[in-house]
Amino acid sequence: MIWFFLLSGLFLGWSLGANDASNVFGTAVGTKMIRFKMAAAIASIFVILGAVISGSGATETLETLGSVNALAGSFTVALSAALTIFWMTRAKLTVSTSQAIVGAIVGWNLFTGSPTNLDVLLEIVSTWVMSPVLSGIFAVILFLIFRFFLNKTRIHVLEVDILNRFLLILVGAFGAYSLGANNIANVMGVFVPAAPFRDFVFGSFTFTGTQQLFLLGGVAISVGIFTYSYQVMMTVGHDLFKLTPASALVVVLAQALVLFLFASQGLQHWLLAHGLPALPLVPVSSSQAVVGAVIGIGLVKGARGIHFSILGKISLGWVLTPVLAGLLTFILLYIVKNVFELQVVIH
Amino acid sequence: MKIFIRRTKELEAQIDDYLDKVDRGAMIFVQGLKFYVEDRQDEFEQRYHDLRVLESSGDGLRRLIENELYAHTLIPEWRGDVLGLLESTDRVLNRMSKTLLNFSIEKPNIPPELHALFTDLAAASSSAVENMVKAIRTYFRDLNAVRDFTNKALFFEKESDKISEKVKRIIFQKNIDLSHKNHLRVFAHHIELVADEAEDVCDRVTIAVAKRHE
Repeated sequence: MIWFFLLSGLFLGWSLGANDASNVFGTAVGTKMIRFKMAAAIASIFVILGAVISGSGATETLETLGSVNALAGSFTVALSAALTIFWMTRAKLTVSTSQAIVGAIVGWNLFTGSPTNLDVLLEIVSTWVMSPVLSGIFAVILFLIFRFFLNKTRIHVLEVDILNRFLLILVGAFGAYSLGANNIANVMGVFVPAAPFRDFVFGSFTFTGTQQLFLLGGVAISVGIFTYSYQVMMTVGHDLFKLTPASALVVVLAQALVLFLFASQGLQHWLLAHGLPALPLVPVSSSQAVVGAVIGIGLVKGARGIHFSILGKISLGWVLTPVLAGLLTFILLYIVKNVFELQVVIH
Repeated sequence: MKIFIRRTKELEAQIDDYLDKVDRGAMIFVQGLKFYVEDRQDEFEQRYHDLRVLESSGDGLRRLIENELYAHTLIPEWRGDVLGLLESTDRVLNRMSKTLLNFSIEKPNIPPELHALFTDLAAASSSAVENMVKAIRTYFRDLNAVRDFTNKALFFEKESDKISEKVKRIIFQKNIDLSHKNHLRVFAHHIELVADEAEDVCDRVTIAVAKRHE
């Protein structure tokens, strides 16, 4: 039965792989800098590594927002988020998996009468604004450094091309790792409190139940990357963001840094230990981070080619996604509880 | 990674070789015309032969570069621009070679008072080509410096226009057969066209630079 309940999470993982891998390798594949198979293989490996090694930080934050502790409840929350994403995508609205899952968890809280930690909710909502802004700032800084470097060194365009390919693979791997670390919480986070997986101990190494769950989610993301991300990558590479290869590299790096900052417990501990302000560990939207970075580069270039209407669409998505996901969760939980007579919460 | 770098270096060297050929072609062109107006036929024919050999080897090298760029999907974003630049540069080399060929076949009789002007016209066109080559070289390494050379190339193109116009005016004021006038006019025009082709290439470079700045 657990496998059936996990299906909605795996579906969510698949759709994340299909859509969000393009934020990491879209321009590189779309502009033929890297072959799709190579990009898909690198993305898959590093998404899984990121999910298993560093996925717990953002997941813990989601748990403090709402600990979905019954499998049928987890199933419904993930399904509602997935359906919201599906509808929003069909309506051609910018959609974030993170916002959908947060809305769905709040919906579960409301339905089950569990308290919603408003401080955590506010912290999460603030990251939705923070992540694209931060990504934009990173992109501006990185772009200026890259431009300075390229102008000073006067490298031949063919050498820049080779360097770019090498860096796109390196940064792409980092981007995929960050995506796995940050966004696995969206895919499998709601299953963590309810999942019955036991820890495996091999000598001094422990493969925890949560990590097993994240491995499954990571594999689902990989399947999404291999089966469906090609078209999305071609669209990103050709239509959405017409970027030069160097700008594409900056965008991917800025986005990866943002996702990493919002996912890495190690970095958070290090920052706190040195008395520096640390960011909350929260799943953020890679698409919105990309948009922030693209706008950042556009501003450096004199605000040419920026479609400010995109900002309006993102704002609409910010409001609509969590609200829709929350509402849908509420309705579906009612059906699951009363029609199928399944337990959606353990009091 | 090492293999990629080695291959890239080889291709860079091939592009430089190709541009060297065009540059040398411009020097041979002006030298050949100088020998023609000085009636040093053997030396002129030798220069024409040299230019033809250069043009032929340039064609082969250009195709090799194009194949390399496509086969290894190098610089996918700028490949079209680079190929366009190389092909239009090839047209400049062809134009110079054809002009000397026409001199070799038709042997126009240039009146002595036009000798210096014909040589000046060839020198202006050749300078336009030399600066065009420099503009292309800098396109590959230093985008901000391209403009310096395209400006110079455009200056020499304008110079060639002025000299050509002067030559044509003098030709048609002279008391010679209309067929002779037309014959001379066509040759002045041929030399002027070399600079015009170089100007077209410079326009392409300017657009290619703007695209890389996007």
